[in-house]
Amino acid sequence: MTKKPTVVHPSLKKNALGLTIRDYEGSMSTLCAGCGHDSVTAAIVRAFWELETPPHLIAKLSGIGCSSKTPTYFVSGAHGFNSAHGRMPAIATGAAAANKELTYIGISGDGDSLSIGLGQMCHAIRRNLNMLYVIENNGVYGLTKGQFSASADVGSKSKKGEANRQSPIDPVMLALTLGATFVARSFSGDKTQLVPLLRAGLAHKGFALIDVISPCVTFNDHEGSTKSYRYTREKNVAVVETDFVPLRREISAEIAPDAVTSVTMHDGSVVRFTKVAPDYDPKDRQGVLGYLHERQSKGEVPTGLLYLDTSAPEMHELSGTTEVPLTKVPYEKLCPGSAALEKLQQAFR
Amino acid sequence: MHQEQQVRINDFALKLANVNGTGSASANGLLMQAIFRMGIPVSGKNLFPSNIQGLPTWYEVRVNKSGNTARAIEYDLMVAMNAETHARDIKEVKSGGWVLYDSSWPLPNSLLRPDVTFLGVPLAKLCNEAFAEPRERILMKNIAYAGVLCALLDIDMKVIDQLLLEKYGKKKALQDSNHKALRLGYDFAVENLDCPLPIRLQQMDATGAHILIDGNTATALGCLYAGATVAAWYPITPATSVMDAFKSLTDKFRKDPETGKKNVCILQAEDELAAIGMVIGAAWNGARAFTSTAGPGISLMGELIGLAYYAEIPAVIIDVQRTGPSTGMPTRTQQGDILSCAYASHGDTKHILLFPSNPNECFHFSVKAFDLAEKFQTPVMMLSDLDIGMNDWVTPKLVWDDGYRPDRGRVLSAEDLEKLEKFYRYSPADENHVAARSLPGVHAKGAFFTRGSGHNKLGGYTEIPDEYQEVVDRLAAKHKAAARFVPAPIIQIKEGAKIGVVSLGGCDPAVREGVELLAGQGIPCDYMRLRGFPFDTVVEDFLNGHDQNFIIEQNRDGQLRTLLVAETGVAKEKLKSLLVYGGFPLSARHVVDGITERVKGAAS
Repeated sequence: MTKKPTVVHPSLKKNALGLTIRDYEGSMSTLCAGCGHDSVTAAIVRAFWELETPPHLIAKLSGIGCSSKTPTYFVSGAHGFNSAHGRMPAIATGAAAANKELTYIGISGDGDSLSIGLGQMCHAIRRNLNMLYVIENNGVYGLTKGQFSASADVGSKSKKGEANRQSPIDPVMLALTLGATFVARSFSGDKTQLVPLLRAGLAHKGFALIDVISPCVTFNDHEGSTKSYRYTREKNVAVVETDFVPLRREISAEIAPDAVTSVTMHDGSVVRFTKVAPDYDPKDRQGVLGYLHERQSKGEVPTGLLYLDTSAPEMHELSGTTEVPLTKVPYEKLCPGSAALEKLQQAFR
Repeated sequence: MHQEQQVRINDFALKLANVNGTGSASANGLLMQAIFRMGIPVSGKNLFPSNIQGLPTWYEVRVNKSGNTARAIEYDLMVAMNAETHARDIKEVKSGGWVLYDSSWPLPNSLLRPDVTFLGVPLAKLCNEAFAEPRERILMKNIAYAGVLCALLDIDMKVIDQLLLEKYGKKKALQDSNHKALRLGYDFAVENLDCPLPIRLQQMDATGAHILIDGNTATALGCLYAGATVAAWYPITPATSVMDAFKSLTDKFRKDPETGKKNVCILQAEDELAAIGMVIGAAWNGARAFTSTAGPGISLMGELIGLAYYAEIPAVIIDVQRTGPSTGMPTRTQQGDILSCAYASHGDTKHILLFPSNPNECFHFSVKAFDLAEKFQTPVMMLSDLDIGMNDWVTPKLVWDDGYRPDRGRVLSAEDLEKLEKFYRYSPADENHVAARSLPGVHAKGAFFTRGSGHNKLGGYTEIPDEYQEVVDRLAAKHKAAARFVPAPIIQIKEGAKIGVVSLGGCDPAVREGVELLAGQGIPCDYMRLRGFPFDTVVEDFLNGHDQNFIIEQNRDGQLRTLLVAETGVAKEKLKSLLVYGGFPLSARHVVDGITERVKGAAS
């Protein structure tokens, strides 16, 4: 693995844990220069540093693909799991079932999540698994050199000029119809929008989906692509701007005058929606669906924290598991012992 | 006619032919349980269709005072309650045997046999007169024939009454109608038939130290006692009842009485791919986790079983085998997953397998599976089957050692990690070729990036041949080292035996009985029952120590034999297959006939 220089500039700011942003970095990216995914990685690094999460309490998981390589590039002090193609949601589900105390972040791509892993992603949403799930969406299979993915828009052209004719799977619309409790879309080129979204997603108790349009500079950044930098910059409409105020941070930031609504998260932090279209309510699922349909049919790419519901129970509440992480329950509490077995067997006589 | 017949006590077999979905299962279970309570060794085999209602289903009961309770394939008494299968059912009765049928309608003459006694009881008529509700009439007909059998076989009515009381004590109306139906049949039989038959029961004291339990319930108990906290599964016959039982056991034993919260998380997954993924994720985080499945599930889990093998993550997989390939016959038994489990997944993979042969071993081996999975940081598969898993077996009472503590294998604590200068996941390895692992969240120094892609002995990504090989070679050595830790084979020696018999799992009762019968016929055989894979040297020694070995198993291709050929140094000419794979449990007759034929064939 390529090593990064270890010299740290003395003036780098430290967070409450005494860690600089460099402490949240990982090893050097091996992706193509200019890859959108690297910008997402940088945003994740910043989000964790700002949230002051102890690195070793982070579990970062992924499947297979260019996007799934990126957990190596952030928070090297976290526990990581680069699993199998499309299977990260199940691995994350089991991990979260065993230890609810860690912060789970899953990095996936449009191939990993919308084709081979579509079923697992949908079911993780249904369980309202407590994790941040980032799709780095570029409309193309990069590692296998340029096949269309399931998120490619009709008419979008491949590098060789071939047009995609199958209708796309839109993870945002899908998640909304499945009952997802936190649905956002962003653009890798818009760090200002992405970092607060990541922070809010990490603070959300439940499944937080962020679909990040993240252009592939090698296979899908040409004229005719609908996932290129140029296209996304032109069509990106920030319908909601999100401001995330963590619990521990003093709420000194000036309250935006046009803030229409604010939502308190489970840990006491606050999400403030600002510059929202007048008829937009991020807590009204049907309204959001209708709004997105309308805007997307005009070729726009609406971004921001599009939907939020902090009232739905997450997986552990749904399955009634104990407050203590299962990995910390001592064996003595798990085994009923010989006397109970003796008694139980009276029913088998 | 039967007065002339010799009385045979506690040694006969009967078969009950029913239509599924009519409530016959509870009547048949009642009979089996009553015989067990009378202290008599008994077995019950449910031969049921892959269907909910309306298709033929059979239940076989074998009573044997010497404890030989493998499936009998000849029946002294047929309880012919399904007109649709009358023809073939009546054909299966032994000459000199009996057929009990519902004489509310006449039996066609074409079905009658001169060498069999037909016992007619107008069950439908009796029940129609006694009960008002149509559904009740159908259900109670079963209990009525149970009453007839009590009279014919001399089943202790006090025992039956007690069982009904235990079962329906809280539902007075149900208890009353069951009791009424039972008496209806019993009284009719006593008044109209020669009771009891020469085949009959007599109280014994052979089951006092036993319980009546199915293998899947015993497996679930094992998982409970092993301390499993995460279970993920997808419904599949015949494994579903493992998780059904685990759920009800955890509701009983893992629930905080005050908060109602549970020390377990049971996840019904979207498919088997997800189920094994959840197990791997949970075990990666340090929980004892398992899944239960059948052959189709093993096929689907293949990819991730390889991930767990290569990344060295414990996983316990309970495979309750059924008849394959493809959908196959989901409600019929087989031992068809031996090879697909031994080598599950792409690339070079080899797994630890456990072969329980009865519910008692299901209990203990499932605990063992967790210990081995964590000790060797690898998937462990316990291969049960439908016969063991879904049928009630008379099995020695389960005994738990309160001194047991889980073998969590080499796991570094926060203190251990603190002392380390630097943690490497796959180095250094111990004498069993296992390295210590760290668990997420325990200590900053334990942070590690788990990957299913090529890695070197320090855990770093690699595509360098030597570095890659070093790791997979250690994995092979690790698998080999596990041979000393899986349950040892059970070897039974016969004086002067030159023939070896090798078998596993649910074949055991039939093989044990068969070996005794063969010895009586002058063909002594030594018998080795395999209980785990990889094979220890004792396995090879046994095989080499015999001129010829018969490998008895329930699949078409001789999968155990193939595994023995591949994984021991024994000449394959020494290993001969004896295979029964139609989907019904093995009988001693298969063993005796199969070996006699081959031995005599070779001699002539």
